[in-house]
Amino acid sequence: MTLPETSVATRRNRRRASSALASVLRFAVTVVTTIFGLLVVTFFIGRVIPIDPVLAIVGDRAPAHLVERTRIELGLNLPLYQQFVIYTKQALSGDLGTSVLTSNPVLEDIKRVFPATMELATIGTLIGSVLGIPLGVLAAVRRGSIADQIVRVIGLIGYSVPIFWLGLLSLVLFYAQLRWVAFPGRVDIVYEYSFTPQTGFYLLDAAMQGQWEVMWDLFRHIALPGALLGYFSLAYISRMTRSFMLNELSQEYVVAARAKGLSETRIIWFHALRNAGVPLVTVIALSYANLLEGSVLTETIFSWPGLGLYITNSLQNADMNAVLGGTLVIGAVFVGINIFSDLLYRTLDPRTRSR
Amino acid sequence: MSATETSLKPYSREWLLSDRPTSRRQARFGRAYIVWRRFAENRLALMGLAIILGLIFVAAFAGVLAPHDPVVGDLRNSRLLPLGSPGYLLGTDDQGRDILSRLLYGSRLTLLVVVLVAIIAAPIGLIVGTVSGYAGGWIDAVLMRITDIFLAFPKLVLALALVAALGPGIENAILAIAVTSWPPYARIARAETMTFRNSEFISAVKLMGASPFRIVLRHVMPLCISSLIVRVTLDMAGIILTAAGLGFLGLGAQPPLPEWGAMIASGRRFILDQWWVAAMPGFAILIVSLGFNLLGDGLRDALDPKEAGQ
Repeated sequence: MTLPETSVATRRNRRRASSALASVLRFAVTVVTTIFGLLVVTFFIGRVIPIDPVLAIVGDRAPAHLVERTRIELGLNLPLYQQFVIYTKQALSGDLGTSVLTSNPVLEDIKRVFPATMELATIGTLIGSVLGIPLGVLAAVRRGSIADQIVRVIGLIGYSVPIFWLGLLSLVLFYAQLRWVAFPGRVDIVYEYSFTPQTGFYLLDAAMQGQWEVMWDLFRHIALPGALLGYFSLAYISRMTRSFMLNELSQEYVVAARAKGLSETRIIWFHALRNAGVPLVTVIALSYANLLEGSVLTETIFSWPGLGLYITNSLQNADMNAVLGGTLVIGAVFVGINIFSDLLYRTLDPRTRSR
Repeated sequence: MSATETSLKPYSREWLLSDRPTSRRQARFGRAYIVWRRFAENRLALMGLAIILGLIFVAAFAGVLAPHDPVVGDLRNSRLLPLGSPGYLLGTDDQGRDILSRLLYGSRLTLLVVVLVAIIAAPIGLIVGTVSGYAGGWIDAVLMRITDIFLAFPKLVLALALVAALGPGIENAILAIAVTSWPPYARIARAETMTFRNSEFISAVKLMGASPFRIVLRHVMPLCISSLIVRVTLDMAGIILTAAGLGFLGLGAQPPLPEWGAMIASGRRFILDQWWVAAMPGFAILIVSLGFNLLGDGLRDALDPKEAGQ
């Protein structure tokens, strides 16, 4: 996972947009062009596949007229730009094609699996924020101390370790050796139908229905992949928190607060962290988006039935509709999260509001 | 004073640190020396450098260092031997191949991926970024929109889709990673270019009649290089991890190539009993990407003292 560190700075620059209307307009243009670009990229990828989609359907020993007819039925005889228009229309109306593997519409499949990925990413981000922010603050306050060094090393390893490998090793330790966590998957088959999924967040569903036994089982399943993603989120969040806090602690209002005689605890947690909190929101949102990506490998290790596993499974079965549909959805969600964090930034930081 | 300045022995410490360099060469060497001194103060950065030099050394001399053949194993006598077996320090895999030898040869693939991605992606980012930043206007708008589109895709997912379309293999994996890697470089080069687009030395060059092409190529690009190098170095770890991830999913290097990610995938089947088969390549990936991260951090601190410690 690479983590964009520059985007926070660019966001800060962006808030100097001249007028509110112009910025809203620019915003809309960005969103539309980005979504359009996502469509161009997935369309293009879909067209460069060496597998001929016609032969994939009719088989390579089909008579020539059948091949030709299928080609026309699929619209592949049309010029590329017309094909693209058709593709765009279909994608925007929610038609991402049919999955060869599940023979369902791709969008339906994605709707089914996506909550699982979101649940995992949410748990990961929660863990990463709850632990990462205090660690980052600690490292900034005790700059250069042993604590700072330890936080730095934890972060660096998080940036350097292959997530799938760490997942495999932790399965060996916590599942096979210690038996602390459950077998890979989302829920034991015993409990599979003992509660009704409503939100798609199983933990929440089970809690709302008072199914504590099921909840414990769900917890034993999500604990390890959630903790793993949480670690990656922690590495990013703690590093950024440290950097923001160092920046805040060198500001003059901190000196003023000290001169006023405020306790150091109060200065750190109420004044500095509050100001560092605004860019931190952006970081947390970005980290959430990154976990959606990190879930691709994590889900394959933990057989977690989310979007990542769906994409890799489809990939292994040359189900390109599903792969490209999944890619498009993840890209769109990415754009959505970025917009959301941008808006949040504008609302939280009064300085970004236009006068 | 000037008499002593000129009589300094070339390449001595005093010659390098002189604040009155008498030649362009002396000034350049002097600057490099100062950067190096700042870099060398950082023990972790030196460790990173050592790891990367070690990687290059191992890749160059894999043929001499490896005790066994990386591809053909001894199926009869040495299947799934544990760590520390005589002759097989890190054990063997299910094909009776020495894991240490495979790791040593695998370093070549890792280095190949990293170098090729850097060679492809960094110049693309540099060109797009400097042209965009220098030209401004609609050229900037169009180029940045394209950059934003590629930034909007999560790297691994886009690389996955690309490799799925192009077909698995290490060349396609490299291409896919390069295609997903250039946008941040373009952003950085653009930001850097904008800071000195209106500065006086650019106006001076312009007055002398230099074409925009020449200005970007000879005057803007060289100034963007140092921050680009830092960013590329910091990205190397991510590139290695993505390549390993693709290898793990069977989309990168194909068997019997000893690619580290693919080695983890093949060790996955018997991880409960012979954990070292999957564990050892992971350590190799961890160490090398840690090395690149440490080196990148150190370079950033040395080249840009403003940001140091942040």
